[in-house]
Amino acid sequence: MSAFERRSIISGIGQSAVGRRLGRSGVDLTIEASLAAIADAGLDVADIDGLATYPGASPGGEAFSGPSSPEIQDALRLKVNWHSGGLEGPAQLAAVVNAVLAVGAGLANHVLVYRTVTEASAQGAGGRAGIGVGGAGADSIATKGIGGVLQWSIPFRAYSPAIWLALVAQRHFHTYGTTSEQLAQIALNQRRNAAENPNAVYREPLTLDDYFASRMIATPFHLFDCDAPVDGSTAFVVSRAEHASALDHAAVGIESVGTALKGRPSWDQFDDMTTMAARDAGAMVWTRTELTPADVDVAELYDGFSFLTMVWLEALGFCGKGESGAFVEGGTRIALDGALPVNTHGGQLSAGRLHGFGHIHEACVQLRGEGGARQVAGAEVAAVANGGGPIGGAMLLVRER
Amino acid sequence: MSDETQFDDRFRVPPALDETNRFFWTSGADGRLRFLRCAACGYWLHPPSPWCPECGGRDVAPEAVSGRGVVHSVTVNHQAWDGDQTPYAVALVELDEQAGLRLTTNIVGVDPELVTIDDRVHVVFEQRGDVYYPLFELDPDPAPAFRPDPDRNSDR
Ligand SMILES: [Zn+2]
Repeated sequence: MSAFERRSIISGIGQSAVGRRLGRSGVDLTIEASLAAIADAGLDVADIDGLATYPGASPGGEAFSGPSSPEIQDALRLKVNWHSGGLEGPAQLAAVVNAVLAVGAGLANHVLVYRTVTEASAQGAGGRAGIGVGGAGADSIATKGIGGVLQWSIPFRAYSPAIWLALVAQRHFHTYGTTSEQLAQIALNQRRNAAENPNAVYREPLTLDDYFASRMIATPFHLFDCDAPVDGSTAFVVSRAEHASALDHAAVGIESVGTALKGRPSWDQFDDMTTMAARDAGAMVWTRTELTPADVDVAELYDGFSFLTMVWLEALGFCGKGESGAFVEGGTRIALDGALPVNTHGGQLSAGRLHGFGHIHEACVQLRGEGGARQVAGAEVAAVANGGGPIGGAMLLVRER
Repeated sequence: MSDETQFDDRFRVPPALDETNRFFWTSGADGRLRFLRCAACGYWLHPPSPWCPECGGRDVAPEAVSGRGVVHSVTVNHQAWDGDQTPYAVALVELDEQAGLRLTTNIVGVDPELVTIDDRVHVVFEQRGDVYYPLFELDPDPAPAFRPDPDRNSDR
Protein backbone atom coordinates (compact mmCIF):
# COMPACT_ATOMS: atom_id res chain seq x y z
CA MET A 1 0.00 0.00 0.00
CA SER A 2 1.22 3.49 -0.73
CA ALA A 3 -1.01 5.32 1.74
CA PHE A 4 0.99 7.88 3.67
CA GLU A 5 -0.12 6.38 6.96
CA ARG A 6 1.97 3.21 6.42
CA ARG A 7 5.22 5.13 6.15
CA SER A 8 5.16 5.94 9.88
CA ILE A 9 5.05 4.14 13.20
CA ILE A 10 4.55 5.30 16.75
CA SER A 11 7.95 4.22 18.00
CA GLY A 12 7.82 5.59 21.53
CA ILE A 13 5.26 6.56 24.14
CA GLY A 14 5.64 8.49 27.37
CA GLN A 15 3.48 9.96 30.06
CA SER A 16 4.31 12.23 32.97
CA ALA A 17 2.88 11.94 36.42
CA VAL A 18 -0.88 12.52 36.13
CA GLY A 19 -2.91 13.91 38.96
CA ARG A 20 -5.16 16.47 40.48
CA ARG A 21 -3.11 19.59 41.23
CA LEU A 22 0.46 18.41 40.88
CA GLY A 23 1.75 21.96 41.28
CA ARG A 24 4.30 21.48 38.49
CA SER A 25 4.75 23.56 35.36
CA GLY A 26 3.52 22.46 31.98
CA VAL A 27 7.06 22.55 30.62
CA ASP A 28 8.28 20.32 33.45
CA LEU A 29 5.52 17.76 32.79
CA THR A 30 6.15 17.91 29.05
CA ILE A 31 9.87 17.28 29.46
CA GLU A 32 9.13 14.29 31.68
CA ALA A 33 6.76 12.75 29.12
CA SER A 34 9.00 13.62 26.17
CA LEU A 35 12.18 12.15 27.62
CA ALA A 36 10.26 8.96 28.42
CA ALA A 37 8.89 8.71 24.87
CA ILE A 38 12.27 9.41 23.28
CA ALA A 39 13.99 6.77 25.41
CA ASP A 40 11.16 4.32 24.71
CA ALA A 41 11.77 4.85 20.99
CA GLY A 42 15.42 3.93 21.47
CA LEU A 43 16.51 7.43 20.54
CA ASP A 44 18.44 10.35 21.97
CA VAL A 45 17.07 13.87 22.19
CA ALA A 46 19.44 14.83 19.37
CA ASP A 47 17.72 12.33 17.05
CA ILE A 48 14.43 14.28 17.17
CA ASP A 49 14.09 16.35 14.00
CA GLY A 50 10.40 17.23 14.11
CA LEU A 51 7.99 18.65 16.69
CA ALA A 52 4.21 18.85 16.89
CA THR A 53 1.68 19.71 19.57
CA TYR A 54 -2.00 20.37 20.06
CA PRO A 55 -2.66 23.17 20.45
CA GLY A 56 0.32 25.06 21.82
CA ALA A 57 -0.19 28.75 22.48
CA SER A 58 -3.91 29.44 22.05
CA PRO A 59 -6.70 31.67 23.36
CA GLY A 60 -7.74 28.85 25.68
CA GLY A 61 -4.97 29.85 28.08
CA GLU A 62 -1.84 28.09 29.24
CA ALA A 63 -3.53 25.50 31.48
CA PHE A 64 -5.57 24.23 28.54
CA SER A 65 -3.05 24.78 25.77
CA GLY A 66 0.13 23.47 27.34
CA PRO A 67 3.55 24.84 26.46
CA SER A 68 4.02 26.20 22.95
CA SER A 69 6.19 24.21 20.56
CA PRO A 70 8.89 26.95 20.60
CA GLU A 71 9.09 26.60 24.39
CA ILE A 72 9.68 22.86 24.14
CA GLN A 73 12.00 23.16 21.16
CA ASP A 74 14.09 25.58 23.18
CA ALA A 75 13.99 23.61 26.43
CA LEU A 76 15.24 20.48 24.66
CA ARG A 77 17.45 22.45 22.23
CA LEU A 78 15.87 20.55 19.34
CA LYS A 79 17.15 21.08 15.80
CA VAL A 80 14.01 20.46 13.79
CA ASN A 81 13.35 20.20 10.08
CA TRP A 82 9.61 20.56 10.63
CA HIS A 83 7.37 21.85 13.44
CA SER A 84 3.69 22.51 13.95
CA GLY A 85 1.01 23.47 16.45
CA GLY A 86 -2.49 24.86 16.43
CA LEU A 87 -6.04 24.52 17.57
CA GLU A 88 -7.70 23.92 14.20
CA GLY A 89 -7.87 20.47 12.64
CA PRO A 90 -9.29 17.00 13.32
CA ALA A 91 -9.40 17.53 17.10
CA GLN A 92 -6.42 16.79 19.34
CA LEU A 93 -5.48 14.02 16.95
CA ALA A 94 -4.41 16.74 14.51
CA ALA A 95 -0.94 16.85 16.06
CA VAL A 96 -0.40 13.13 15.44
CA VAL A 97 -1.82 13.28 11.92
CA ASN A 98 0.41 16.25 11.14
CA ALA A 99 3.45 14.30 12.36
CA VAL A 100 2.49 11.27 10.27
CA LEU A 101 2.06 13.52 7.24
CA ALA A 102 5.45 15.13 7.83
CA VAL A 103 7.24 11.80 8.17
CA GLY A 104 5.35 10.37 5.21
CA ALA A 105 6.37 13.37 3.12
CA GLY A 106 10.02 13.01 4.11
CA LEU A 107 10.24 16.23 6.10
CA ALA A 108 11.32 14.51 9.30
CA ASN A 109 12.53 11.13 10.57
CA HIS A 110 11.49 11.28 14.23
CA VAL A 111 8.78 13.70 15.34
CA LEU A 112 8.12 14.39 19.02
CA VAL A 113 4.36 14.92 19.56
CA TYR A 114 2.94 16.09 22.89
CA ARG A 115 -0.21 17.31 24.60
CA THR A 116 0.02 18.86 28.06
CA VAL A 117 -2.65 20.15 30.43
CA THR A 118 -2.50 21.76 33.87
CA GLU A 119 -6.23 22.37 34.16
CA ALA A 120 -6.58 20.89 37.63
CA SER A 121 -4.04 23.28 39.12
CA ALA A 122 -5.57 26.18 37.21
CA GLN A 123 -9.03 25.36 38.46
CA GLY A 124 -7.82 25.36 42.05
CA ALA A 125 -10.36 24.74 44.74
CA GLY A 126 -13.25 26.34 42.86
CA GLY A 127 -15.65 24.75 40.41
CA ARG A 128 -15.27 24.59 36.68
CA ALA A 129 -15.61 28.00 35.10
CA GLY A 130 -18.04 28.91 32.40
CA ILE A 131 -16.71 30.57 29.25
CA GLY A 132 -16.95 34.35 29.41
CA VAL A 133 -17.97 34.36 33.05
CA GLY A 134 -15.87 35.91 35.79
CA GLY A 135 -13.47 38.76 35.74
CA ALA A 136 -14.51 42.34 35.92
CA GLY A 137 -13.33 45.71 34.76
CA ALA A 138 -13.03 47.40 31.42
CA ASP A 139 -11.22 44.51 29.70
CA SER A 140 -13.53 41.70 30.82
CA ILE A 141 -15.81 39.93 28.36
CA ALA A 142 -18.76 40.76 30.57
CA THR A 143 -18.05 44.45 29.89
CA LYS A 144 -16.80 44.46 26.31
CA GLY A 145 -19.03 41.70 25.01
CA ILE A 146 -18.26 38.48 23.23
CA GLY A 147 -17.64 38.18 19.50
CA GLY A 148 -16.93 35.43 17.01
CA VAL A 149 -18.75 32.13 17.14
CA LEU A 150 -19.24 32.28 20.91
CA GLN A 151 -21.66 35.22 20.53
CA TRP A 152 -24.29 32.67 19.43
CA SER A 153 -24.19 30.73 22.69
CA ILE A 154 -22.68 32.66 25.61
CA PRO A 155 -25.27 35.50 25.68
CA PHE A 156 -27.91 32.81 26.21
CA ARG A 157 -26.06 31.55 29.27
CA ALA A 158 -24.89 28.48 27.36
CA TYR A 159 -21.49 28.85 28.97
CA SER A 160 -20.00 25.41 28.51
CA PRO A 161 -19.58 22.49 26.12
CA ALA A 162 -21.58 20.62 28.79
CA ILE A 163 -24.64 22.59 27.69
CA TRP A 164 -23.88 22.53 23.96
CA LEU A 165 -23.41 18.77 24.02
CA ALA A 166 -26.39 18.22 26.33
CA LEU A 167 -28.52 19.59 23.49
CA VAL A 168 -27.07 16.95 21.16
CA ALA A 169 -27.65 14.20 23.71
CA GLN A 170 -31.22 15.33 24.34
CA ARG A 171 -31.94 15.24 20.61
CA HIS A 172 -30.45 11.73 20.45
CA PHE A 173 -32.54 10.59 23.42
CA HIS A 174 -35.67 12.05 21.81
CA THR A 175 -35.03 10.63 18.34
CA TYR A 176 -33.79 7.16 19.24
CA GLY A 177 -35.21 6.47 22.68
CA THR A 178 -31.81 6.49 24.34
CA THR A 179 -32.06 6.45 28.16
CA SER A 180 -30.12 7.81 31.11
CA GLU A 181 -29.63 4.23 32.33
CA GLN A 182 -27.86 3.47 29.06
CA LEU A 183 -25.76 6.64 29.20
CA ALA A 184 -24.72 5.78 32.76
CA GLN A 185 -23.04 2.61 31.50
CA ILE A 186 -20.28 4.70 29.93
CA ALA A 187 -19.35 6.25 33.27
CA LEU A 188 -19.63 2.92 35.08
CA ASN A 189 -17.53 1.13 32.46
CA GLN A 190 -14.77 3.72 32.62
CA ARG A 191 -14.67 3.52 36.41
CA ARG A 192 -14.43 -0.28 36.39
CA ASN A 193 -11.51 -0.05 33.97
CA ALA A 194 -9.80 2.69 35.98
CA ALA A 195 -9.71 0.34 38.95
CA GLU A 196 -7.19 -1.70 36.92
CA ASN A 197 -5.12 1.36 35.95
CA PRO A 198 -2.71 2.51 38.69
CA ASN A 199 -2.33 5.90 36.98
CA ALA A 200 -6.06 6.71 36.89
CA VAL A 201 -7.24 9.54 39.16
CA TYR A 202 -10.60 8.03 40.19
CA ARG A 203 -10.47 4.30 40.97
CA GLU A 204 -12.99 3.70 43.74
CA PRO A 205 -16.12 1.75 42.68
CA LEU A 206 -19.02 3.68 41.14
CA THR A 207 -22.53 2.24 41.21
CA LEU A 208 -25.63 3.10 39.23
CA ASP A 209 -27.10 4.53 42.44
CA ASP A 210 -24.02 6.74 42.90
CA TYR A 211 -24.44 7.93 39.32
CA PHE A 212 -28.08 8.91 39.72
CA ALA A 213 -27.42 10.48 43.13
CA SER A 214 -24.79 12.81 41.67
CA ARG A 215 -25.91 16.32 40.94
CA MET A 216 -27.31 17.28 37.57
CA ILE A 217 -25.15 19.57 35.43
CA ALA A 218 -27.39 19.98 32.37
CA THR A 219 -29.98 17.36 31.48
CA PRO A 220 -29.22 14.55 30.79
CA PHE A 221 -25.66 14.99 32.09
CA HIS A 222 -24.93 14.21 35.71
CA LEU A 223 -21.61 15.10 37.31
CA PHE A 224 -20.24 11.65 36.45
CA ASP A 225 -20.90 12.25 32.75
CA CYS A 226 -18.27 15.01 32.76
CA ASP A 227 -14.52 14.37 32.64
CA ALA A 228 -12.10 15.23 35.43
CA PRO A 229 -9.52 18.01 34.88
CA VAL A 230 -5.97 16.88 35.68
CA ASP A 231 -2.38 17.94 35.30
CA GLY A 232 -0.33 15.77 33.01
CA SER A 233 1.51 15.37 29.74
CA THR A 234 1.49 12.64 27.11
CA ALA A 235 4.14 12.34 24.40
CA PHE A 236 4.81 10.14 21.39
CA VAL A 237 7.57 9.73 18.89
CA VAL A 238 6.36 9.25 15.32
CA SER A 239 9.17 7.69 13.27
CA ARG A 240 9.81 6.41 9.77
CA ALA A 241 8.47 2.85 9.53
CA GLU A 242 12.01 1.52 8.96
CA HIS A 243 12.79 2.36 12.59
CA ALA A 244 10.58 -0.54 13.78
CA SER A 245 13.45 -3.02 13.62
CA ALA A 246 15.46 -0.93 16.09
CA LEU A 247 12.81 -1.13 18.84
CA ASP A 248 12.85 -3.48 21.82
CA HIS A 249 9.04 -3.57 21.79
CA ALA A 250 6.32 -3.91 19.18
CA ALA A 251 5.90 -0.92 16.92
CA VAL A 252 2.46 0.63 16.55
CA GLY A 253 1.46 1.12 12.95
CA ILE A 254 -0.91 3.75 11.65
CA GLU A 255 -3.46 1.90 9.54
CA SER A 256 -5.73 4.77 8.57
CA VAL A 257 -6.87 8.21 9.66
CA GLY A 258 -10.24 9.95 9.63
CA THR A 259 -9.94 13.70 9.24
CA ALA A 260 -13.07 14.63 7.31
CA LEU A 261 -15.57 17.34 8.24
CA LYS A 262 -18.50 17.72 5.85
CA GLY A 263 -21.23 19.26 7.98
CA ARG A 264 -21.31 22.86 9.13
CA PRO A 265 -18.74 23.28 11.93
CA SER A 266 -21.27 24.78 14.34
CA TRP A 267 -22.84 23.68 17.61
CA ASP A 268 -26.30 24.71 16.41
CA GLN A 269 -26.28 24.66 12.59
CA PHE A 270 -24.93 21.12 11.99
CA ASP A 271 -27.33 19.19 9.77
CA ASP A 272 -27.71 16.21 12.13
CA MET A 273 -27.77 17.31 15.75
CA THR A 274 -27.57 13.73 17.03
CA THR A 275 -23.96 13.18 15.89
CA MET A 276 -21.91 16.08 14.41
CA ALA A 277 -18.26 15.98 13.25
CA ALA A 278 -17.61 12.42 14.42
CA ARG A 279 -19.87 11.17 11.64
CA ASP A 280 -17.52 12.22 8.85
CA ALA A 281 -14.21 11.47 10.57
CA GLY A 282 -15.49 8.06 11.62
CA ALA A 283 -16.72 7.14 8.16
CA MET A 284 -13.44 8.21 6.53
CA VAL A 285 -11.37 5.77 8.59
CA TRP A 286 -12.94 2.81 6.75
CA THR A 287 -12.28 4.27 3.31
CA ARG A 288 -8.52 4.00 3.80
CA THR A 289 -8.21 0.40 5.01
CA GLU A 290 -9.41 -3.08 4.20
CA LEU A 291 -10.15 -3.67 7.87
CA THR A 292 -13.73 -3.46 9.11
CA PRO A 293 -15.26 -2.63 12.50
CA ALA A 294 -15.40 -6.37 13.23
CA ASP A 295 -11.57 -6.46 13.15
CA VAL A 296 -11.18 -3.97 16.00
CA ASP A 297 -10.05 -5.50 19.30
CA VAL A 298 -10.15 -2.43 21.51
CA ALA A 299 -11.71 1.05 21.14
CA GLU A 300 -10.42 4.17 22.89
CA LEU A 301 -13.20 6.66 22.19
CA TYR A 302 -13.11 10.23 23.45
CA ASP A 303 -15.14 10.87 26.57
CA GLY A 304 -14.81 14.49 27.53
CA PHE A 305 -18.46 13.75 28.20
CA SER A 306 -19.85 10.22 28.43
CA PHE A 307 -22.22 10.78 25.53
CA LEU A 308 -19.34 11.37 23.11
CA THR A 309 -18.27 7.75 23.45
CA MET A 310 -21.75 6.76 22.27
CA VAL A 311 -21.50 9.17 19.35
CA TRP A 312 -18.19 7.60 18.31
CA LEU A 313 -19.53 4.04 18.64
CA GLU A 314 -22.09 4.98 15.99
CA ALA A 315 -19.78 7.12 13.87
CA LEU A 316 -17.19 4.36 13.63
CA GLY A 317 -19.82 1.79 12.74
CA PHE A 318 -19.57 -0.42 15.81
CA CYS A 319 -23.34 -0.21 15.91
CA GLY A 320 -25.99 1.30 13.71
CA LYS A 321 -27.05 4.93 13.70
CA GLY A 322 -29.04 5.63 16.85
CA GLU A 323 -28.24 2.21 18.32
CA SER A 324 -25.47 3.11 20.76
CA GLY A 325 -27.89 3.07 23.70
CA ALA A 326 -28.80 -0.55 23.09
CA PHE A 327 -25.14 -1.34 22.35
CA VAL A 328 -23.95 -0.20 25.77
CA GLU A 329 -27.02 -1.42 27.68
CA GLY A 330 -25.97 -3.33 30.77
CA GLY A 331 -22.32 -2.55 30.06
CA THR A 332 -21.22 -6.10 29.21
CA ARG A 333 -20.44 -5.55 25.54
CA ILE A 334 -18.03 -2.66 26.20
CA ALA A 335 -16.38 -4.15 29.30
CA LEU A 336 -12.78 -5.39 29.38
CA ASP A 337 -14.00 -8.93 28.75
CA GLY A 338 -16.73 -7.89 26.34
CA ALA A 339 -16.97 -8.07 22.57
CA LEU A 340 -15.56 -4.53 22.20
CA PRO A 341 -13.61 -3.29 25.22
CA VAL A 342 -13.98 0.51 25.37
CA ASN A 343 -11.77 3.06 27.14
CA THR A 344 -9.73 0.40 28.85
CA HIS A 345 -7.70 2.89 30.92
CA GLY A 346 -10.75 4.54 32.42
CA GLY A 347 -11.15 7.28 29.82
CA GLN A 348 -11.17 10.94 30.73
CA LEU A 349 -14.10 10.35 33.06
CA SER A 350 -12.01 8.31 35.49
CA ALA A 351 -8.37 8.37 34.35
CA GLY A 352 -8.34 12.15 33.85
CA ARG A 353 -8.74 14.70 31.12
CA LEU A 354 -5.50 14.27 29.17
CA HIS A 355 -7.53 15.61 26.29
CA GLY A 356 -7.49 12.88 23.70
CA PHE A 357 -3.85 11.92 24.09
CA GLY A 358 -4.72 9.60 26.98
CA HIS A 359 -6.83 7.58 24.53
CA ILE A 360 -4.01 7.43 21.97
CA HIS A 361 -1.55 6.39 24.68
CA GLU A 362 -3.83 3.63 25.90
CA ALA A 363 -4.31 2.28 22.37
CA CYS A 364 -0.52 1.96 22.08
CA VAL A 365 -0.27 0.32 25.51
CA GLN A 366 -2.89 -2.26 24.53
CA LEU A 367 -1.34 -3.01 21.13
CA ARG A 368 2.05 -3.48 22.78
CA GLY A 369 0.54 -5.87 25.34
CA GLU A 370 1.60 -3.68 28.26
CA GLY A 371 -1.83 -3.17 29.86
CA GLY A 372 -1.19 -5.34 32.91
CA ALA A 373 -4.42 -6.19 34.72
CA ARG A 374 -6.45 -4.33 32.10
CA GLN A 375 -4.74 -5.89 29.05
CA VAL A 376 -7.11 -7.11 26.35
CA ALA A 377 -5.66 -10.45 25.26
CA GLY A 378 -4.36 -10.50 21.71
CA ALA A 379 -5.16 -6.87 20.91
CA GLU A 380 -3.91 -6.24 17.37
CA VAL A 381 -6.22 -3.50 16.07
CA ALA A 382 -7.27 -0.41 18.03
CA ALA A 383 -9.67 2.36 17.10
CA VAL A 384 -8.93 5.80 18.55
CA ALA A 385 -11.22 8.82 18.44
CA ASN A 386 -10.72 12.36 19.68
CA GLY A 387 -13.06 15.30 19.93
CA GLY A 388 -16.75 16.00 19.91
CA GLY A 389 -19.30 18.44 18.58
CA PRO A 390 -17.95 20.34 15.57
CA ILE A 391 -14.46 18.83 15.79
CA GLY A 392 -13.45 15.21 15.48
CA GLY A 393 -10.62 12.95 14.38
CA ALA A 394 -10.16 9.21 14.37
CA MET A 395 -7.58 6.63 13.46
CA LEU A 396 -6.93 2.92 13.38
CA LEU A 397 -3.71 1.70 14.96
CA VAL A 398 -2.29 -1.80 14.51
CA ARG A 399 0.33 -3.91 16.22
CA GLU A 400 3.25 -4.36 13.83
CA ARG A 401 4.92 -7.76 13.85
CA MET B 1 -45.41 39.53 20.46
CA SER B 2 -44.06 42.01 22.95
CA ASP B 3 -41.06 44.07 22.02
CA GLU B 4 -39.47 45.07 25.31
CA THR B 5 -40.15 42.31 27.79
CA GLN B 6 -37.84 42.46 30.80
CA PHE B 7 -37.71 39.00 32.30
CA ASP B 8 -35.24 39.26 35.12
CA ASP B 9 -32.03 40.79 36.28
CA ARG B 10 -29.89 37.78 35.61
CA PHE B 11 -26.40 38.11 34.34
CA ARG B 12 -25.94 37.98 30.57
CA VAL B 13 -22.69 38.33 28.68
CA PRO B 14 -23.46 40.80 25.89
CA PRO B 15 -22.48 40.27 22.27
CA ALA B 16 -19.72 42.53 20.94
CA LEU B 17 -21.52 44.49 18.26
CA ASP B 18 -19.84 45.11 14.92
CA GLU B 19 -20.87 45.86 11.35
CA THR B 20 -21.70 42.21 10.61
CA ASN B 21 -23.93 41.40 13.60
CA ARG B 22 -25.47 44.70 14.71
CA PHE B 23 -28.63 44.15 12.65
CA PHE B 24 -29.25 40.82 14.39
CA TRP B 25 -28.71 41.93 17.96
CA THR B 26 -30.66 45.20 17.62
CA SER B 27 -33.43 43.77 15.45
CA GLY B 28 -35.89 43.36 18.31
CA ALA B 29 -36.28 47.14 18.65
CA ASP B 30 -39.39 46.85 16.46
CA GLY B 31 -40.34 43.43 17.81
CA ARG B 32 -39.11 41.52 14.77
CA LEU B 33 -36.36 38.92 14.47
CA ARG B 34 -34.16 39.21 11.40
CA PHE B 35 -31.64 37.05 9.57
CA LEU B 36 -29.65 37.66 6.42
CA ARG B 37 -31.49 36.45 3.33
CA CYS B 38 -30.35 35.90 -0.24
CA ALA B 39 -32.19 38.22 -2.62
CA ALA B 40 -31.79 35.83 -5.53
CA CYS B 41 -33.03 32.55 -4.07
CA GLY B 42 -34.51 33.35 -0.67
CA TYR B 43 -32.09 31.24 1.37
CA TRP B 44 -31.66 32.39 4.98
CA LEU B 45 -28.04 32.67 6.14
CA HIS B 46 -27.02 32.24 9.74
CA PRO B 47 -24.58 33.16 11.19
CA PRO B 48 -24.24 36.19 8.89
CA SER B 49 -22.16 35.46 5.80
CA PRO B 50 -21.61 37.42 2.57
CA TRP B 51 -22.14 34.52 0.13
CA CYS B 52 -25.20 32.38 -0.48
CA PRO B 53 -24.22 28.69 -0.42
CA GLU B 54 -27.43 27.77 -2.24
CA CYS B 55 -27.03 29.87 -5.37
CA GLY B 56 -23.75 31.72 -5.04
CA GLY B 57 -25.55 35.03 -4.71
CA ARG B 58 -23.76 37.98 -3.14
CA ASP B 59 -26.83 40.12 -2.58
CA VAL B 60 -27.79 39.34 1.01
CA ALA B 61 -29.63 41.60 3.42
CA PRO B 62 -31.47 41.39 6.75
CA GLU B 63 -35.10 40.40 6.50
CA ALA B 64 -37.69 39.74 9.19
CA VAL B 65 -38.90 36.24 9.94
CA SER B 66 -42.15 35.22 11.59
CA GLY B 67 -40.41 34.63 14.92
CA ARG B 68 -42.16 31.28 15.12
CA GLY B 69 -40.47 27.95 15.39
CA VAL B 70 -40.14 24.64 17.13
CA VAL B 71 -37.92 23.34 19.91
CA HIS B 72 -35.31 21.17 18.18
CA SER B 73 -33.62 20.30 21.45
CA VAL B 74 -33.66 21.56 25.02
CA THR B 75 -31.61 21.05 28.18
CA VAL B 76 -32.24 22.26 31.69
CA ASN B 77 -29.05 23.73 33.09
CA HIS B 78 -28.44 23.25 36.80
CA GLN B 79 -24.79 24.27 37.09
CA ALA B 80 -24.31 27.78 38.53
CA TRP B 81 -21.81 28.88 35.86
CA ASP B 82 -22.59 32.56 36.47
CA GLY B 83 -23.40 32.21 40.15
CA ASP B 84 -27.16 31.89 39.71
CA GLN B 85 -28.46 28.61 41.17
CA THR B 86 -31.84 28.76 39.43
CA PRO B 87 -32.27 26.11 36.72
CA TYR B 88 -32.98 27.47 33.24
CA ALA B 89 -33.77 26.11 29.80
CA VAL B 90 -31.26 26.36 26.96
CA ALA B 91 -32.77 25.31 23.64
CA LEU B 92 -32.11 24.95 19.97
CA VAL B 93 -35.04 26.61 18.24
CA GLU B 94 -35.55 25.90 14.56
CA LEU B 95 -37.33 28.73 12.76
CA ASP B 96 -40.35 27.92 10.60
CA GLU B 97 -38.86 29.69 7.60
CA GLN B 98 -36.19 27.11 6.81
CA ALA B 99 -35.20 23.62 7.95
CA GLY B 100 -31.93 23.85 9.85
CA LEU B 101 -32.17 27.60 10.54
CA ARG B 102 -31.59 27.45 14.28
CA LEU B 103 -30.75 29.61 17.26
CA THR B 104 -29.28 28.62 20.57
CA THR B 105 -31.54 30.50 22.97
CA ASN B 106 -33.51 30.34 26.20
CA ILE B 107 -37.12 29.30 26.65
CA VAL B 108 -38.57 31.71 29.21
CA GLY B 109 -41.80 32.34 31.03
CA VAL B 110 -42.30 28.68 31.91
CA ASP B 111 -40.94 26.07 34.31
CA PRO B 112 -37.88 24.89 32.34
CA GLU B 113 -38.67 21.26 33.19
CA LEU B 114 -41.91 21.58 31.20
CA VAL B 115 -40.24 22.45 27.89
CA THR B 116 -40.01 19.51 25.50
CA ILE B 117 -38.67 18.86 22.03
CA ASP B 118 -41.18 19.68 19.27
CA ASP B 119 -42.92 22.33 21.39
CA ARG B 120 -44.10 25.30 19.33
CA VAL B 121 -42.49 28.61 20.36
CA HIS B 122 -42.41 32.29 19.42
CA VAL B 123 -39.78 34.95 19.90
CA VAL B 124 -39.82 37.51 22.69
CA PHE B 125 -37.09 40.06 23.26
CA GLU B 126 -35.16 40.95 26.38
CA GLN B 127 -33.73 44.44 26.02
CA ARG B 128 -30.51 45.51 27.70
CA GLY B 129 -29.22 48.77 26.30
CA ASP B 130 -28.87 48.48 22.51
CA VAL B 131 -29.15 44.74 22.55
CA TYR B 132 -32.42 42.81 22.18
CA TYR B 133 -31.78 39.19 23.12
CA PRO B 134 -34.09 36.91 21.09
CA LEU B 135 -35.61 34.48 23.59
CA PHE B 136 -38.62 32.25 23.09
CA GLU B 137 -41.85 31.42 24.88
CA LEU B 138 -44.09 28.43 24.43
CA ASP B 139 -47.11 29.06 22.21
CA PRO B 140 -50.31 29.10 24.29
CA ASP B 141 -52.16 26.90 21.82
CA PRO B 142 -50.96 24.51 19.16
CA ALA B 143 -50.73 26.41 15.89
CA PRO B 144 -50.27 24.87 12.46
CA ALA B 145 -46.62 25.01 11.46
CA PHE B 146 -45.69 26.98 8.39
CA ARG B 147 -43.30 24.91 6.30
CA PRO B 148 -41.57 26.08 3.17
CA ASP B 149 -41.36 24.16 -0.08
CA PRO B 150 -39.12 21.21 0.85
CA ASP B 151 -37.48 21.33 -2.58
CA ARG B 152 -36.07 24.77 -1.84
CA ASN B 153 -33.70 25.82 0.88
CA SER B 154 -33.25 22.24 2.00
CA ASP B 155 -31.01 21.64 4.96
CA ARG B 156 -27.73 20.13 3.85
ZN1 LIG C 1 -29.11 32.33 -2.88
